[in-house]
Amino acid sequence: MNPVVSPVPALGPALPEIVIALAALALVLIGALRGDGAKRLIDALALAALAVAALILLDQGPGRLATFNDAFVVDGFARAMKILTLIGSAAAIVLSTRFLVEEKFARFEYTILVLLATIGMMMMASSNELISLYLGVELQSLALYVVAAINRDNAKSSEAGLKYFVLGALSSGMLLYGMSLVYGFTGSVTFPTIAKAVSGAGGTGVMIGLVFIIAGLAFKMSVVPFHMWTPDVYEGAPTPVTAFFATAPKMAAVAMTTRLLIDGFLPVAKDWQPIIAFVAIASMGLGAFAAIGQQNLKRLMAYSSIANMGYALVGLAAGTVQGIEGVIIFMAVYLAMTIGVFAVILAMQANGTRLETIGDLSGAARNHPGLAFVMAVLMFSLIGIPPLAGFFGKFYVFAAAIEAKLFALAVIGMLASAVSAYYYLRIVKVMYFDAPAPAFGRAGPEIRGLMWASAAFVLLFAVVANPIRTMAAAAARSLF
Amino acid sequence: MTLVSLFFYLFSGIMIASAVMVVSSRNPVHSVLFLILAFVNAAGLFLLLGAEFLAMILVVVYVGAVAVLFLFVVMMLDVDFSELRQGFLQYLPLGALIAGIFFVELALVVGTWQLAPDALAMRKAAAAVPVEAMNARALGRVLYTEYVYFFQAAGLVLLVAMIGAIVLTLRERTGVKRQDVAAQNARTKAAAMTIVSVPPGQGVTNAGVKRADAAGQDFVGQGS
Repeated sequence: MNPVVSPVPALGPALPEIVIALAALALVLIGALRGDGAKRLIDALALAALAVAALILLDQGPGRLATFNDAFVVDGFARAMKILTLIGSAAAIVLSTRFLVEEKFARFEYTILVLLATIGMMMMASSNELISLYLGVELQSLALYVVAAINRDNAKSSEAGLKYFVLGALSSGMLLYGMSLVYGFTGSVTFPTIAKAVSGAGGTGVMIGLVFIIAGLAFKMSVVPFHMWTPDVYEGAPTPVTAFFATAPKMAAVAMTTRLLIDGFLPVAKDWQPIIAFVAIASMGLGAFAAIGQQNLKRLMAYSSIANMGYALVGLAAGTVQGIEGVIIFMAVYLAMTIGVFAVILAMQANGTRLETIGDLSGAARNHPGLAFVMAVLMFSLIGIPPLAGFFGKFYVFAAAIEAKLFALAVIGMLASAVSAYYYLRIVKVMYFDAPAPAFGRAGPEIRGLMWASAAFVLLFAVVANPIRTMAAAAARSLF
Repeated sequence: MTLVSLFFYLFSGIMIASAVMVVSSRNPVHSVLFLILAFVNAAGLFLLLGAEFLAMILVVVYVGAVAVLFLFVVMMLDVDFSELRQGFLQYLPLGALIAGIFFVELALVVGTWQLAPDALAMRKAAAAVPVEAMNARALGRVLYTEYVYFFQAAGLVLLVAMIGAIVLTLRERTGVKRQDVAAQNARTKAAAMTIVSVPPGQGVTNAGVKRADAAGQDFVGQGS
């Protein structure tokens, strides 16, 4: 029998993922040998691995690379979303270091699971076909289910993990069912071939498959009508884990949805645009109204994230280069704001108890002027007041929607934005005009650092808006 | 009747019979054993089709892991199956109705079955079986070359599952006395033994002897 020699696939494009995977394997070993005492070392090494991965991504240059029979592509869009994902994951590790120790569940596996989830997210951003997309989603989700329940002696955390797991499994099932239909009707799993197959006439079968896929992806992005798990999971999971859920996985989910719809189904854009537009409107509306009654800041941020995903989808619904450019900028701004808000929430603790309600912020401006200022800046930015970053994020997606003649979508988005101003401003009012609540303990330097970094980014975004816009435009063009 | 069809009827017959026994057997352990028999016969059918790899996987995964797991669960949980069966007669009419509907549907499907006119010709013109028709080898060849990315990704998913299971369930049990050979060997006569002269008729407890509490390594007698 003749030995068949097949060429080794080019590993260069996937080098960041490989670096993180090897780091995760090595850290598992270190953790197993040295126990939870090695958590600091593991955290530091994990952050180093994420930084190396980001540097490799930046070093790859602007071109489009593909490997593994085109299952894995790295273009400007993938690079941009991967770097955002890496920032989110790094923030989740930094925010967790002190929290896990103080809450007495300092387990080194947390960091390793974050790393493994990050690999899944990067695979999602790079997947150019359905199988790698699904494997990325599963790798990410499985790690997220576990970190949601990582404080296993806490009933709420276990509940969050279980709820997330059951609903996540359901959504994976829908995703797979849709993929099987799309494969059956187009005869291919790779996006370019699917695009070619649907360019003549999509056909009902493909559309049903696409609807199922969008339903599965909508769950991962936590947008209406697949958002029900979000508030409970966000509230139940430990706060650094919530911060992680609200940042990195959203980047990856938006990235894969965008690539799937643009690369795979652009010829039938007329068919999926109404679906995305509906999901966007429903998410913005529900996020704006349901958050009004919330007292718990983590629950409030859950609804806020639902609304923000709605805004991001406005750009995607446009289906144009400007729209995708808007999505990238919006996601970058959302990432910075969310990290900042969760750093503030993590800074809220007194005598070893974690405070999470809006009432605990009462009069914070008197006791903690810095914290109150950062929170106020972030709230104004979340509303979208110029010249803060949040304004630019929303501006670009709405501008793209208007250029694509989706006027209703843009108008409803702005109205929802106005409604959401109520609950964001209420936090500012509580902090500045209410009688002071007991002062918080001093937050760790890493939390204060992230808080201020986020505030600085939000405040100074107007200065760097143009270069960021140029980069986002280049990244968006790489998709088309 | 060729040898192949003889084996086909043999395997199918045993499989159907054991499947019937799985549901009708009174003893759940027998049910699981019949399930294993059904799996093994299904593996035989796969072999007849030329799918050796699937046949082996079926035996390894379903018989080796799944069925044995069933067996453990059945034997350990002590489920009262006669209690589960109590509503049998009560729900029989409804069950029979649903079964009847399914049967009618099946009859309709089979009754209107039409083969495409060129189906037989196409069946004959199917791609030739590769020369090296060992499908384990063929699968291995694409698994580690063309699909290496998916293979590795699936491996990472399994790694996450393993870490997750350990994180969520492994508990350090406190209060368990483990053997520590080094500590035992390091014990000296002075640390482990006390020599007291016990006054007659009083017992050690009253003689001022404290029990050694060094990690439970306690050799002081409880004599009285």
